[in-house]
Amino acid sequence: MSMNNQGRPSGSGEAFPASIATISGDRGLDHEEGLIFELGHGATGVDLPDVQISDARLGGARRKDAIGLPGLSEPEVIRHYVRLSRKNYAIDSGLYPLGSCTMKHNPRLNEKMARLPGFGDLHPLAPQSTTQGALQVISQLMNWLTTLTGMPAVAMSPKAGAHGELCGLLAIRAAIAARGETRPRILVPESAHGTNPATAAFAGFTVDEVPAKPNGRVDAEALKAKLGPDVAAIMLTNPNTCGLFEGEIVDIARAVHEAGAYFYCDGANFNAIAGKVRPGDLGIDAMHINLHKTFSTPHGGGGPGAGPVVLSERLAAYAPIPLLVAGKDGLRLIENAADAPDGAKPFGRMCAFHGQMGMFTRALTYMLSHGRDGVRQASEDAVLSANYILASLKDVMSAPFGDGPCMHEALFDDSFLEGTGVTTLDFAKAMIDEGYHPMTMYFPLVVHGAMLIEPTESESKHSLDRFIHVLHTLATEARAGQTARFAGAPHLAPRRRLDETAAARKPVLRWKPDPLKAAAE
Amino acid sequence: MRYLPLTPDDRRAMLATIGAPDVDALFRDVPKSAVVPLSAFNLPDTQGELEVDRAMSKLAARNVAAGAVPFFCGAGAYKHHVPSAVDHLIQRSEFLTSYTPYQPEIAQGTLQYLFEFQTQVALLTGMEVANASLYDGSTATAEAVLMAQRVTKRGKAILSGGLHPHYAETVETVAGLFGPVERTPVTPGSAEDIIALIDDQTACVVVQSPDVFGLIRNLRPIAEAAHAKGALLIAVVTEIVSLGLLEPPGAQGADIVAAEGQSIGNGLNFGGPYVGLFATREKFLRQMPGRLCGETVDAEGRRGFVLTLSTREQHIRREKATSNICTNSGLCTLAFTIHLSLLGEEGLTRLARLNHAKASALADRLAALPGVELVTDAFFNEFTVKLPKPAGPVVDALVQKGVIAGVPASRLLPKDKAAANLLILAATETNTDDDFDALVNALKEAI
Repeated sequence: MSMNNQGRPSGSGEAFPASIATISGDRGLDHEEGLIFELGHGATGVDLPDVQISDARLGGARRKDAIGLPGLSEPEVIRHYVRLSRKNYAIDSGLYPLGSCTMKHNPRLNEKMARLPGFGDLHPLAPQSTTQGALQVISQLMNWLTTLTGMPAVAMSPKAGAHGELCGLLAIRAAIAARGETRPRILVPESAHGTNPATAAFAGFTVDEVPAKPNGRVDAEALKAKLGPDVAAIMLTNPNTCGLFEGEIVDIARAVHEAGAYFYCDGANFNAIAGKVRPGDLGIDAMHINLHKTFSTPHGGGGPGAGPVVLSERLAAYAPIPLLVAGKDGLRLIENAADAPDGAKPFGRMCAFHGQMGMFTRALTYMLSHGRDGVRQASEDAVLSANYILASLKDVMSAPFGDGPCMHEALFDDSFLEGTGVTTLDFAKAMIDEGYHPMTMYFPLVVHGAMLIEPTESESKHSLDRFIHVLHTLATEARAGQTARFAGAPHLAPRRRLDETAAARKPVLRWKPDPLKAAAE
Repeated sequence: MRYLPLTPDDRRAMLATIGAPDVDALFRDVPKSAVVPLSAFNLPDTQGELEVDRAMSKLAARNVAAGAVPFFCGAGAYKHHVPSAVDHLIQRSEFLTSYTPYQPEIAQGTLQYLFEFQTQVALLTGMEVANASLYDGSTATAEAVLMAQRVTKRGKAILSGGLHPHYAETVETVAGLFGPVERTPVTPGSAEDIIALIDDQTACVVVQSPDVFGLIRNLRPIAEAAHAKGALLIAVVTEIVSLGLLEPPGAQGADIVAAEGQSIGNGLNFGGPYVGLFATREKFLRQMPGRLCGETVDAEGRRGFVLTLSTREQHIRREKATSNICTNSGLCTLAFTIHLSLLGEEGLTRLARLNHAKASALADRLAALPGVELVTDAFFNEFTVKLPKPAGPVVDALVQKGVIAGVPASRLLPKDKAAANLLILAATETNTDDDFDALVNALKEAI
């Protein structure tokens, strides 16, 4: 008996029915929390002097109206955001099996290193003699990325995967222009991430889709048939979005090169092969690396990411500014195209300054911690864990390409739910009630009712076994017609299903003061 | 390896369940020749936390942190004090290690702060709607130009010479594919005649205020002239704290505001990650790039938030999307929102006045030095001075005296001879009178 129970009635007593409303509206640790604008009351969370200034140097542009920001003290702000945080699922609190997103553990040493004043409090335009340590971080990270991929060059500035895709395609565009050619078309498999066709269009190309084969791989013959003098590049993800390795990749690369086109590889799934397979050996010309996936910089609720792009010999010269070069005074950033070294023909600039330095520091820390052996082991463990899930669930859930092994993610379709009345969405939402984040649903588009599970290397066997047990039971119940828990799930989350249609039909994208209340004041 | 939970026994048991002899059997689809041995990678092996900490700290120590010396760099990134609560809160696991809020029932924390963020950005810029952020100010500006090209169905973009050169290059790199991008001449300390260039082919005019030299621009006549020709005005703000004191672009007729939000909540981080702010008029909503969070209700009628209008976005529209962007600046957005919540109306307006007072005081002291001329007469917390000799070597000389004096304009405009002697300096609430003394004394000796 614990101290707290002394003198009190023991036993569980009567259950508190979920239907009983609480007086506060809160339920235990789950607090209802208003918007910051509804909580403000004229307090302040900072102490700053009230300096009066003249208008003499403001060019007549002084603000006339109040901004309308609420005022809260520090304890109120902290409580508000702590309460909000508790409404989020996170890797730190549970297995996060989002296929294609790579929700692996985020080591805290990485956070600590990124916050060292020498990195976190460093200005991008400080004199370069005072930033040599930062340039060393970039240089070392470049060495890791080019060595792991077997590629000669890397452009570091792209700020996310999609930004890296754009960088790669602009390099391809520049290389084609330098040959005096015009090639407007890009081939993209229908299983591709949405960013691939979007990026191709963003970079001024037209998109031509390539079908998939029944085994989940791209139809290499169809792809080759589409090659021609107007094709600039193909964009292929490998391992692909079905979690499968494109075994014909070397053959495809050869055909692409023979047709005078370039091979862009979406590196979103590099985490399956890092330390084991070098994309450069496969004939790839450009590939972005999502540092927030493979190298574990935190996803942070949707960003920031980082998407350096490795480039082949054929594209290296076109890398955007800034460029990093070694000289007699140490490392130097070339920030203007006019100062580019001989042979470099940068296609332009992706963003201000030098890229996501805060992510570089974290990624390099991750790499130094793992080492080459740890990177390889992480890839193997990720693939092993995905296959363990596939093997343990394929008796009750349907695996469309279930005969062979998968790579780092296990794909299921919804045929096992046929006739049950339970949809992929219902199945996924029921996982929330079981304490899990759902897997990726309805992607890739080539599989009906897709469920894509990526456990990553960060889960223990115990954790995987528990997850498998829950999914196995859910699938078994659904197939046995025990569907009560699926209808309208989740029941136990901070919110039930949200009306997304209403949100899109009449968009409310910001808080506005209640007009009646404002009028009364 | 401390981050990998599977033991050799676990791996063996799992392989047995799978029915594979070894892990390489799982890689059977990979061409044999493509699997390389570990020795193919000339890289170090696993290291403990202590060793890695030591190695990284050594590199960090080779840099001079802004807080370690009298420091005056701005030009698109600003040194401000970020309250301790901000970094504490953004490191909460539930914020740090969550994904994009695609499952709204278990992501209300992220969604609600995005809704608060969008509201804050709209209020601050004086615009009707804001998105959930883009990568940074420069990419937000490029996206704004692309959006203007879509809205007006015209190609030409006119960039003010006062736009940060890195921003201008970023715009040229992407928007240049869809129409001519023209830059007006650079006129430090004064406004160029951009109105004369607007014609009926013009999609947009892009004007930064305060501009890269610190000069406050009057956007109103440019907005009127642009609208008269059916073009849009894109206002760029690189120092968002300025809007605590200055009239917002929305009140001056801007159609799109693209801004850098780093100054609120986010450290300098050697240039990134930062947070791109993007706001516009409601009528352009469906042409907007980036993620949007909207209010709705759940099945029990309770208020909740979801990502919305995703039919604009790449994962639904693919090649017809308004942008290829797939992320936002998540955690940097949260830092912005928390810091601005701590500041509130009173804190932000005080902070802005304090910044202007500091910069004004510094400008007076520098202008009093023989041979130094104040180039910008209307500014917020950043201004430009003309030195009697090239600014680059002067800045280097001052490093030797332990002062980081600012950004030589030649670093951004190497081809512009008129920029050679110009030094761009920012002063914020972090600068003390001692900093000013150190700068003035060092500069006196160097020029």
